[in-house]
Amino acid sequence: MIAIIKYNAGNITSVENAVKRLGLPCKVTDDIDEILCADKVIFPGVGEAKSAMNYLIERELDDVIKSLLQPVLGICLGLQLMCRHSEENDTGCLGIFDTKVKKFPARDIVPHMGWNNLERVQPPLFRDFAKDDTVYFVHGYYAELCRDTIAECDYILPFSAAMRKDNFYATQFHPEKSGSVGERILENFLRL
Amino acid sequence: MLKKRIIPCLDIKDGRTVKGVNFVGLRDAGDAVELARRYVLEGADELVFLDITATVEHRKTLTELVKKVAEAINIPFTVGGGIRTLEDAQAIIRAGADKVSLNTSAVDHPELITEIAGQFGSQCVVLAIDTKLEENGEWMVYVHGGRTATPLRTVDWAKEGERRGAGEILLTSMNNDGTKNGFAIDITRSVSEAVNIPVIASGGAGSMQHFAEVFQQTKASAALGATVFHFGEIPVPALKEFLKAQDIPVR
Repeated sequence: MIAIIKYNAGNITSVENAVKRLGLPCKVTDDIDEILCADKVIFPGVGEAKSAMNYLIERELDDVIKSLLQPVLGICLGLQLMCRHSEENDTGCLGIFDTKVKKFPARDIVPHMGWNNLERVQPPLFRDFAKDDTVYFVHGYYAELCRDTIAECDYILPFSAAMRKDNFYATQFHPEKSGSVGERILENFLRL
Repeated sequence: MLKKRIIPCLDIKDGRTVKGVNFVGLRDAGDAVELARRYVLEGADELVFLDITATVEHRKTLTELVKKVAEAINIPFTVGGGIRTLEDAQAIIRAGADKVSLNTSAVDHPELITEIAGQFGSQCVVLAIDTKLEENGEWMVYVHGGRTATPLRTVDWAKEGERRGAGEILLTSMNNDGTKNGFAIDITRSVSEAVNIPVIASGGAGSMQHFAEVFQQTKASAALGATVFHFGEIPVPALKEFLKAQDIPVR
């Protein structure tokens, strides 16, 4: 069973639909036991950092997520909440990845919205990723490059498009909205 | 490099697409789900579904359709038409739409932009602006499907929408819409330079060159088309190849 963590961030339905399209059983849940027992955990999210963190803390999901030993995939806001700190409303985050989340400087259009390339991608998440492949982003904040970075994207400046530390994986882009390329990345994670 | 987006727009009435479509091999040209799937396979970057009935009794049908589309496709899609309240937007987003587009309701109640952005994030809110060039040379905002004039100047309204939390602007020129003479370059340029959020150019697409022009001559992030795609006049893959050959970044 794949657990998709239910919290007050939007667009969890898309992630659920994407996993179902791959033919795998999944459940959207905030039940601690269900999350702990899942084979894989997906931590999705579109929303605002502070209110999302507060929601996780109130339900003690912050400690649960950090304690997970199975493969975990954070998506978009999920990735940002797995970092140390976010500039978005000065929010202390989970600290799984040792990096900071900052607001894009307004030198170009913000949010970074649309399909973009990735550089320096690493397996296993990006197995079979081709040079011209693109994925769908929509975000106004970004995680700085760090030693956990496993894919880079360049928009206004280079930032972490994906990160990995031990069993924790995360993507800033939306694999569930990135067509067949995203489907493959999601599948790479789900087959770990 | 960030790609310019090509967005087919599907008009929905009573849960089905209207306007003819001539995709070869579609069992049912009115089936929005099947048409959406087809566009995804062809390389469309996003889709827009515009509900043109949008009466209260049809909202349920629309929500059901949004659910089916969300299950079937793996690219972002926007739903617009008749979204008047936060509850309307919630129903559409919870059914699986990535974004909602607001038009008349945003002019009537600009705070609606902020309410939806506050709950779901700015990236969920597309401000749709129908604009018309008046005889005095001003581009003005129209509502109610272009039937009603407003005192709003287009660039001012776009900036206000951005300030209130819209994440994107869908700009349709009524002068150009349906003409197939090309996008309204001047107002698209003015709006896309006045705001710092993505602008989708809409209205007037008739040839592949029109798409190239709007990307070369304005800061538009995306271009939308309806009939040119539905009738197969411009296949999406051919359009992408054409734009690539002109060094316009596309997926």
